[in-house]
Parts: sequence; C-alpha cells; structure tokens
Amino acid sequence: MSTAPSRVIETTIGLEIHVELATSSKMFCGCEVAFAGEPNTRTCPVCLGLPGSLPVVNERALEHTIRIARALNCDVASHSFFARKNYFYPDMPKNYQISQYERPLGAGGVLEITGDFPTRRVGITRVHLEEDTGGSLHVGGSGRIADSEYSLEDFNRAGTPLVEIVTEPDIKSADEARAFVTELRAIVEALGVSDVRMEEGSLRVDANISVRNAGETEHGAKVEVKNMNSIRSVGRALEYEEGRQRAALVSGDMPVQETRHFDEKAGTTSPMRTKEYAFDYRYFPDPDLVPFEPSDTWIASIERAMPELPVHKRSRLAEQYGLRPADIGILTTSTAIAEWFEEAASAYDGPAQKVANWIIADLFGLCNEAGIPLTECKIAPRQLAGLVRLVDSGSISGKQAKQVLGGMFATGDDAALIAEKEGLEQLSDAGELSSVVDEVIAENPDAADKVRAGQMNTVGFLVGRVMRKTKGQANPKLVTDLLTQKLAP
Amino acid sequence: MTAGSGPPSGDGLVWRTATELARLLASGELSSVELTGALIERSDAVDPGINAYLHRTDELALEAAGAADARRSRGEAASPFDGVPVAYKDIFVTRGVPTTCGSKILEGWVPPYDATVVERCHGAGLPMLGKTNLDQFAMGSSTENSGFFPSRNPWDTGRVPGGSSGGSAAAVAAGAVPWAWGTDTGGSVRQPGGLCGLVGAKPTYGRISRYGMIAFASSLDQASPLTRSVEDAAALMAIAAGHDPCDSTSIPSPAENYLDGIDGGIEGLRFGIIKEFTGEGSQPGVRARVDDAYTRLEKLGGTLQEVSMPSFQHGIPAYYLIAPAEASSNLARFDGVRYGSRVAGDTNIVTMNSMTRDEGFGAEVKRRIMIGTYALSAGFYDAYYGKAQRVRTLIIQDLRRAYESVDLIVCPTSPTTAFKLGERTDDPLAMYLSDVYTVPFNLSGNPAVSVPCGLSSDDGLPVGLQIVAKTLDEKTMFRAAYAFEKDLGFAGSPEGRPRL
Ligand SMILES: [Zn+2]
Repeated sequence: MSTAPSRVIETTIGLEIHVELATSSKMFCGCEVAFAGEPNTRTCPVCLGLPGSLPVVNERALEHTIRIARALNCDVASHSFFARKNYFYPDMPKNYQISQYERPLGAGGVLEITGDFPTRRVGITRVHLEEDTGGSLHVGGSGRIADSEYSLEDFNRAGTPLVEIVTEPDIKSADEARAFVTELRAIVEALGVSDVRMEEGSLRVDANISVRNAGETEHGAKVEVKNMNSIRSVGRALEYEEGRQRAALVSGDMPVQETRHFDEKAGTTSPMRTKEYAFDYRYFPDPDLVPFEPSDTWIASIERAMPELPVHKRSRLAEQYGLRPADIGILTTSTAIAEWFEEAASAYDGPAQKVANWIIADLFGLCNEAGIPLTECKIAPRQLAGLVRLVDSGSISGKQAKQVLGGMFATGDDAALIAEKEGLEQLSDAGELSSVVDEVIAENPDAADKVRAGQMNTVGFLVGRVMRKTKGQANPKLVTDLLTQKLAP
Repeated sequence: MTAGSGPPSGDGLVWRTATELARLLASGELSSVELTGALIERSDAVDPGINAYLHRTDELALEAAGAADARRSRGEAASPFDGVPVAYKDIFVTRGVPTTCGSKILEGWVPPYDATVVERCHGAGLPMLGKTNLDQFAMGSSTENSGFFPSRNPWDTGRVPGGSSGGSAAAVAAGAVPWAWGTDTGGSVRQPGGLCGLVGAKPTYGRISRYGMIAFASSLDQASPLTRSVEDAAALMAIAAGHDPCDSTSIPSPAENYLDGIDGGIEGLRFGIIKEFTGEGSQPGVRARVDDAYTRLEKLGGTLQEVSMPSFQHGIPAYYLIAPAEASSNLARFDGVRYGSRVAGDTNIVTMNSMTRDEGFGAEVKRRIMIGTYALSAGFYDAYYGKAQRVRTLIIQDLRRAYESVDLIVCPTSPTTAFKLGERTDDPLAMYLSDVYTVPFNLSGNPAVSVPCGLSSDDGLPVGLQIVAKTLDEKTMFRAAYAFEKDLGFAGSPEGRPRL
C-alpha cells in the first residue's frame, strides 16, 4: 500500500451578501424600519401584502443601493426595474418577493482585499435591491420548519429594503473570505446606509465553496454554507468546510452539491435537511412598478455626497500620520474607530503612532472586557491624548499610565486627576531624588565603583535600587541621568 | 313619465340618472334618505331575481344618506353628487365591509382599509348600497364564475348580464342603484354595459388609481363606471380619476373635468372603422345595429374611414398569456396563512396551502393560474410571455398610427347580445371570444366606452357601440358618446329599460 501523493488543491469561494438598509421607512410602504419590537406592530396593508395593496418605491433605498454599487466600483444601470421572484413561503406575505433579475442597479464591480495573502481583486457580479421577508418562529421540534408543531409569523421585518451583493468565485481561502466581508462591512458602514450588525441580521453572508485539484478547469461540486452569524464564524465555517472538502477529495469520497448549516458551538457544518427543489422562480417585471432610469446627474450627485471610503482613508492615514500598515487596518475597520483615533491624534502634538498604540494595545482590551464599542467608553479622545502627554512629560511612567488608563476607563476622569488621586505621579524633582541617589551609592559601593570604572551596564542595577526605595515613583530617566553624573569617572 | 320631470317618487325615481337625482337633491325636492330608501326597496324587490349583490350595506347607506342630507341642509354639499348612492363591484376593498372578490377563498375577510376609488366616492358623499357580484377575481365574461351564484340579466333573467362586472351591470340595469363601479381588464365593464343596455366607460390605463382594487392583471386592470347615461359615466369617472401617490402606475397629472364641453357635438370628428373587424362571428342583429350607429355618426357630422390594425388578430392570444401570467403571481398570496379561508390547517404548510387553494379557487381561476404559471416558466418565458408583450407593443403602434388620421375608433362592444346561462360554461374558448373587440384596448391602455345603440332585431336585447379615444383623450370620447346617445334617445326611454 502506498501513501497518497501530496497534491495541490484549490479552493474556490463566492459570496452572496445581504445588507439591510437603514432607511427610516420600508422599501415599498411608510412603515418604520427598526430591529425587533412587538411582533406585527410595524405593518400596513402594503407590507402585509393585503389584497388590493400596491408598492411604491422608497427613493432613498435606490440612492443607498447606488451608493453601495459605486463604492464597489460597479456600473449603475441606466435603465433598471423590479421583478417578481415567485415562490411560496409563509413569511413572505405576497408569496413573491419584489426583487431584481435582469438589469440589476449595479453590475461589473471589483473590490480589492489585502491581508496575509497576495492582494486579491474580487469581482462583483451584481448589486441589486429587493424587499426582506418577515420572520418565522417554528414552535416545537428542533426549531426548523420541518419538525415543528406550528409556526408563528412576524411581519415587522417584511418589506425592509435589502441589498444583495453577489461576488464572482474569485475568493481562494477562508482567510480571504473573512477579509472580504470585513472590508465590505467597513465600506457599507462608512457609507452610513446600514447598521451592518451580523448578529441582528442586518448583514447576512452565505457562501458557495468548492475544491478541485490544481489545474482542473471545472469547479468542484458547490456547497452552500448558511448560518454564519459573525465575521469570525464566516472564517471558522469556511475553514472547516474547506478542510472537510479537501479531505473528501483526497480520500476519493467526492463532495456533493448541497446546502450545509454551520453549527456555531461545534464549529462544524452539517447538511440541511431540506428537500432539494429545482426552483423556477418565474421572474417577470413587476407590473405594479414602473421602470426607473437613474440619471447621470443623480448618480453624480450621489457620488459627490459619498463619504471617504476605507481604502482612501487607509492611504490618507498612512500619509498624514505615518502609522504602521497593520495598525491602519485595525483603526479603519469602522468609521467610528477611525474618527475616534483622528480626534485623539489631533489633540496630541507628538507622533500619532503613540496614540494608535494606546488605542490598539490597551484601550481595545478594556473595551472588549467591558463588552462595549470604543465609541461608548467613558474616555474621550482628547483625554487619551492627555494621558500620552503625561507620560511624555515624565510625570508618570508607562507602567503607571496603564493603571491610570484603567481609572479613566472606569470613571471618565482626566489622566492627571487620576494620577494625583492615586498618588501615581513620578518623583521628577532632581533635588528630592538626588539625596535618594546618594543614599543608594553609599549603600552599594561595589556597584558604584564598577560604574565609575566604565561598566555602564551596572547603572541599571542602581536605578532598580532607587526605584525600589521610591516605591516605583521615581522618574527612571532622571535617576539614570543623576547616577551617571554622580559616578562620572 | 318623462325623464327629469314629475314628482320624484315611486317607480320613476329608481330609473333616474345620477345627474338627474343630483339636481333633485340640490333643489331640495328629494332627500338622500328618501332616495336611498327607495333604492333599498327596489333592491329588495328585484335582487332575488337577478342576484346582483354579494353583500348589501343598507344601514351604512342610510346612515351616509342622513349625513349627506345634513350637509346639504347646511349648504355644505361634499360634491354635486352628495347623497347619490353607488354600488361597488366586490373587487374594491372596503374598510369594515366584507370583500370577497367573488371567491370563497376570501370568505370572511374584512379589509382594514378602503380602496382609493371608494375613498374618493366617500369623499364626494356617495352612500354605498353594497358590494356586487362578479366572476371570481374578475376572470370571466358572464358572472357564472362567481364563487357564490351567477347574476342574471334584467332584460332576460335566463341570460347572463355579462362579466366580470355583471353584478354592477345588473344592479344598474334593474334600477337597484343609479350607477356602480366595475373594473375592466379585458372588457369586464364595456361588455356587461353593452349586454345590459348601459354605458360602461374604461379610462386610460393609469387614470384611476388601482390602490385597493384586488389585482387580476395589474398591467390591464382599470376601475370603470357602469351608468345609465354618458353624462353619469363622465361624472363618476371624474370623481375617482387623478393621480394617487399610492399607485406607482397612476398617471401623475390631475384629471380633467370630463363634463366640460361634453355637449359640443361631433361635427368634423373623424371616426375610424377597423378593417380587420369584419363582423365574422357576430350576430346579424348586432351588426345591423352597429351599422346603423355608424350611419348616425355620419348624420351627426362625423366622417368615417377605414383603419387597419393587423396586430389585432393576435389580441386575444396575447391577452390570454399576459393576464393569466400576472394573475398567477397576483393570486399567490391567497394561501390560507393570513386571511380568508383555510383548509387542512392541522396538517403542514404545503398541504394547507394547496388544499386551501384547491377548495377556495374556482375552475376558471385554476385554469388561468396554470396557464400563467406555464407562460412564465423557465424555457417558455420568451416564447409565451415575451412574445405576448411584443404583440402588445405592435397593438400600441398600430393604434398610434391610426390616430394620426382619425380622432376616434368605433366598433361593436361584443359580437353577440347577452347569451343564455350555461351556454358557454363548457367552452372557455367561446367565452374568451366574447372579448375580441374589447381586449386590444386593454393591451394598449386607450380609453374606451360602450354606449347603447338600440336593441337587436334578433332577440330584442341591447347592443353596445364601442368608442375608443387616444390616450388621455376621454373628453373627446365622452363628447362623441354623448352626442350619439342624445340623438338615439335610447337612454331614459321606455325602450331603454328592461321590463323587470
Ligand atoms: Zn408597511
């Protein structure tokens, strides 16, 4: 028996992403768009699909979609229309979804992603606008419709504007997929058109993933992965699925085309127990709505009003503040973080990298522990700048500063106030320190002699002694200066 | 009794036109409560023989009539027609009043909102007498497809009143209500108008809001009045017409006053007669009356000329692809989940959906859902739905060309007079062909009116003349119909009423 020869296996991933737009009203009626709430309270004849009701397009949703399409470098259709996608499902009031089929609002785009892989250009097949469905609660059984006793329907979400973004199968790893979703989320967030909260379903990601031996021209059997409820689970699910399919390919037990459900707890995927229908959605132009032709001037005015996109923000931050690329990536995952950083940096005269370090290395940790976003922490950006200045001035040591930051985080007070309250200010008075230094020299004659003889590495030992005597409050730089002065050969 | 004179009471009252009644109400000779009471009495007497109503709202009507009288006494009439009752085809949703669309599948549903047409008529002070019968979901030409019972033609109760707005037509023709709303998707107002000796007027597509009108074929449906006179049709249409922001297909301009200049005559108007409508398959009595009508138009100063519409031969096939395709999607929402009837609710969703639809829908509705589903299916879309849409474009082009040389087009409304109940129920194709003269103008969206042109010598039943205008040229259409009606003297004459 011989071992299987090692071979190169390629992974192919395409993503289908749904973004719920944060318009004030729904796609085709005046009902409010909001998350959760008492079931069936944000409904009207239109979003309930009552007989006789008719849809009227929310212009703001068109505008938002064009914004997303342009940010993804798509061409905007000069002539576009809504189509009906026909299928029966109890959470869909009309048993058809108003969507787009031919001539989506955006097509032919590209998004470049970077990370620990060669820069990848991912094609954007289409960006279109549709209405969301309601939500079902399947009671009894596993929580899926098949084995439930009965189901309850909530139409609060029905009719919420939803943008569908479909990529080309250009993504080659779980890592790249994660990077794509991260970048897309940052873009949509920067555009201010959605809450992009995966946990609340305002950003939903489905993936198609297949593997094949390198050199093959046909893609392997496509597996659709569902139920990835965070960017982290996109990575975990696809890593698992990639591994599973690779193993299957190697063992000769070829993966089959199916839909698999990601189990967040187990970190695995399993086949969804649904009957596989060959759906014919019988798309046709919705006769209740008229085609629309976004004018060049309208598109241009939308573009003019577009905020700075993450990719542009990154190059500006690099140029303006000279930050490390990795740090820029972290600070631009959301507009709010970037804004927070820039506010702090502008309140500080020194190198902005120092401010970035404090945010990334310390403040994020505190926020994570507390489970709040940076923007909700009690520390104002200018207060962080104050802390950094306090360290620069030598009033407190770096180590003390971490303690002060903890206090600021808890109380929202200025750094100086906390340092004073906790008695953390450094001994920076040369006169006061001078006598302590003299004491230490007297108590450690051998070490002092070594320094006098030029063994400068022994200075550290003496500094340590001074620090111990002052319970860590001495300014170590000042102590070093004093020691070298006093022990000069 | 001569129309417009004499004491406003008893039998005579129920035959008055809405315009005459409005004058009597304005002068104080008549109260809306009196009028409404007389119409309720009339309905009690005649409805058992014609089955025009699915749901009567006598009490609501009397209440609204009282309010109208109070407004008039304060000198604050809501409109010239304040207090003149109306009836609605049961396809218009009415807040708090059951709406079935003629189908068992909606039995028990009480809408929480009013259709725009209903809202505007309420606003004009028109008391609602009830909801009238129709072919289920407006699919049919005889009301025999009603999920409840067929309506009958007041001229001969052994015959159909036409459809799908047959209940509204029967009610107006029997004197149970002065005017009523129907909807016209392929002739559903003009054909029953013709068959019942009434005026049935379809506006330009988009002129009247479809909001709250249960959709059959969204790109074809238009609310349309059924009345005893052209003037009434123009007036009722004007009450509901005009832009509605709730309907994206509503034309964004205010409606004209169709009564303005309606008596201007037809001197110099050019009438087009369609070459391809040879009269083949038409009853001789119908052809004779329509030919008389053409002669009368000439006598009145109009000129006649032939126009060619080669695309019209494809009208019926195109219509019977487009309308069912849209219907198959529009009717998907009737699934037993949210409203109306539910069958097998204790099984699973798929069984419940299909059992509810199986029992709730009638045979014709199912037939059209099947045709429509097929026409939209992958692989067939282009050959059926796509091609039908191209025919539609050709029809629009043919008409546009014709209107370069004529002002109006005239043709029969239907090939035959009212047919006997049961005569065509086993032959859907024969039923579909009743719409051969009306369907092209739904596909094109042009305004068209059926105006009575006398009784057929074959069977003594009414015959309709159809007058079709350019897009949004309702005024010329009504002007010609009015002149024709006046000269014929049919409306308001004893000959113009059924002996019921
Ligand atoms: Zn709504």
